[in-house]
Amino acid sequence: MSKRKYWLTIVLLVAVLFISACSNSEEGSEKATESEDGSEATAGASDQAQEIRVRINDDPDFLDPHRATASISFQMILNMFEGLFIPQTDGSLTEGLAESYEVSEDGLTYTFTIRDDVTFHNGEPLTIDDVVYTFERLMGLNGGEKLSGNFDNVASIDAPDEKTFVMTLKEAHSNFLYSLTALQSAIIPQSNDGEHNENPIGTGPFAFVDYSPGANLELTKNEDYWQDGLPYLDNVTFVFQSDDQAAVMNLLAGEVDVTGVPGHRVSEVEDSFNISHQNNNSTLIITFNQEKEPFKDMKVRQAINLAINKQDIIDSVFSGYATPIGSNMSPAMGEYYLDGLQDVYQRDVEKAKQLLAEAGYPDGFETKITVSSHNDLYSSVAQIAVENLKEIGIDVEIEVVEWGIWLERVYFGRDYELTTIDLTGRPSAYEILDDYISTNDAENFFLFDNQEFDQVMADVRKETEIEKQIDYYHRAQEILNEESAAVYIADYQILWGSKQNISGLKSYPFWFHDMKEVKFD
Amino acid sequence: MFYIIRRILLLVITVALVSVITFSVFQILPGDPVRTMLGTEADETQIESLRNELGLNRPLHEQYVDWIRGIFTGDLGNSIRFSMPVSVLLMERLPVTLSVAGMALFIVVLFALPLGIFAAKRQKKFSDVVLSSVTQLGMAIPSFWLGMIIILYIGMNVDFFKINGYIPWSESIKGALSTLILPALTIAIPQIAVKFRYVRTSILDQMQLDYVRTIRSKGLPERIVVYKHILKNALIPILTIFGLITAEVVAGTIIVEQVFALPGIGQLLITSISYRDFPLVQGIVMYITITVVFINFVVDILYSVIDPRIRLR
Repeated sequence: MSKRKYWLTIVLLVAVLFISACSNSEEGSEKATESEDGSEATAGASDQAQEIRVRINDDPDFLDPHRATASISFQMILNMFEGLFIPQTDGSLTEGLAESYEVSEDGLTYTFTIRDDVTFHNGEPLTIDDVVYTFERLMGLNGGEKLSGNFDNVASIDAPDEKTFVMTLKEAHSNFLYSLTALQSAIIPQSNDGEHNENPIGTGPFAFVDYSPGANLELTKNEDYWQDGLPYLDNVTFVFQSDDQAAVMNLLAGEVDVTGVPGHRVSEVEDSFNISHQNNNSTLIITFNQEKEPFKDMKVRQAINLAINKQDIIDSVFSGYATPIGSNMSPAMGEYYLDGLQDVYQRDVEKAKQLLAEAGYPDGFETKITVSSHNDLYSSVAQIAVENLKEIGIDVEIEVVEWGIWLERVYFGRDYELTTIDLTGRPSAYEILDDYISTNDAENFFLFDNQEFDQVMADVRKETEIEKQIDYYHRAQEILNEESAAVYIADYQILWGSKQNISGLKSYPFWFHDMKEVKFD
Repeated sequence: MFYIIRRILLLVITVALVSVITFSVFQILPGDPVRTMLGTEADETQIESLRNELGLNRPLHEQYVDWIRGIFTGDLGNSIRFSMPVSVLLMERLPVTLSVAGMALFIVVLFALPLGIFAAKRQKKFSDVVLSSVTQLGMAIPSFWLGMIIILYIGMNVDFFKINGYIPWSESIKGALSTLILPALTIAIPQIAVKFRYVRTSILDQMQLDYVRTIRSKGLPERIVVYKHILKNALIPILTIFGLITAEVVAGTIIVEQVFALPGIGQLLITSISYRDFPLVQGIVMYITITVVFINFVVDILYSVIDPRIRLR
């Protein structure tokens, strides 16, 4: 008798499990259609909550804008901070916390008038002391460590009256204003000294609420924002989710409102979400250690450039969502970009072999490509390159290392032969190209050394006229292309999937999720 | 009493050894925490200023001794990656991982034990064969894939479940459940499969022993034979296994937290290793070691409760 009872319990239990599993899926599909209807209904309503959840791949390195260096941090924190100037979507600058400015004829003295209607998130007004404090902190003049090398060219700073701020340079530098955005010198209040990372305070459209490492960063509307009527959103939450595939599911399930979508998954979301394409202004390159044989020889570099099938990489790695480039500059940079270079190294195996033979390697050689594992994209690119290079007799071994090791060995240690990486976009053409200056020890990990290039970049620093600057920048791009300083593959697009009732998303030539004008309709 | 003291001593030695090993491994591993964190955009000024601030330019033994000294005062140091005290980070995440692990363990026991007993009693009959083959499948499923499938078919379709992030118990019990059940299930399913087999085998082993034949021939009802006599004797090996799965469940959370974006210890561990965040890794490894060693300690104590003869050994 009791044995039978026990049996019954088990049978019932299993039955319940099965039924609940089945009913879950049925119930589920009904619910899914319901929620779709639901979202359409709310899309039409005007009382939609102005709260957005944006998925980000990783945590910020610092919330203190002077300490943060990772582009992923600025993607979020630029919503909290502003500099004297504000970078625009087309790569230009407009006045931010500086209402107006003047440059002396010799290009050495910059005089800024500070806006007087700005308050920090803690309610205190922005004063000239805060501006002075900001630059003293960055330059290490107030007793602390120097936090930035960007202002080594500044001879002195001064505040002659309550609205005027003066900076004097040691040498004229046409790109100087670009170091005055929140990317390099966010203006922060003196009263918050020592708390800038734990409780960041700025003047931006959104104020800091809370940061939970590994989970999210919460911002709230700055009610006293100096640009009238902005922002529209009441709350912004940046949600950290490292897995791209899971992020797409989160978008589909309505748990995030905006996320990057991998190219091969666009078809799953494009019907019910908006997809926007951002030329993110980063350049994907395969590059050589140019101090090592055989990459010292320009012909070898050109041969490799001719052998690699860039279109294949664009199609297979980015599902076609990438723009071919011919130097370290993307069309996202507007008139600074020189068109046409992307066609110079069309795939040509015969010509590549010939160049290799001329360089003294008729039978090719063996080499190694070192790639980071933090993103699959690098190994995918390397695999295609290896196949391509085999055709001209170059045998390449792929070595996959952790990001930390890549940085130490390749980027800082320069102990590599070939590598592939994407160089992050910046708002200023000068900063994009200055990586290749032979004396730029910190960034020139290609060890590119070309006198004409150095000269062009030196000239552009002194040039004040925009038109002439652009000519110099164009020439610099030509040199990189002629010399085949790297195999320039593409500026790959980031595809943003967002809910259809969101408007006002903007794309910048650097990483920034600007929430200032975003709203739900 | 001596037994317990010996166990505690073993616990301390294990923890100390693990700490020295993690520290040394981290010194050998290539990769620099400051550079990894600041990436390619950093200039040398920023790197140097951060290294000085973090005390990474000091000799190694000094860093280690400092760290050990910190432990005794309850200070695990500051995380390099998050510029926050390690203890704060751990405390924030501990509830998440403990909840998932506890829930998973509960689900495992809830299913593996009765199913195992059931299958053992029905040995070689149809239901036993079916259960055994289904569990074979369960064991073969990798948990990250299972997590994805669960998200896709349950998480996305049933409104109740959230597939991203965590809602604290203190905020809403329903909310916490909605974020935790699916990850717990993902960890539990493969474990149920494994444990089911242990329970089944363990009971079958007992059934073949002489004493079972004796009590059966005495005419005791089957219910008492199974639950009072067989189960009690089969419990020792089963307990050992449940001690071990605690470690596996904790390891399981590492992957599952990644898939469900749960801000737990496992997720923190992955981040801290890839960023070479030594103080944080040490803190987490300490936590995991202590948990695993402690559970085994509890299991050892339970042995002697179930079977008093064990104390004599």
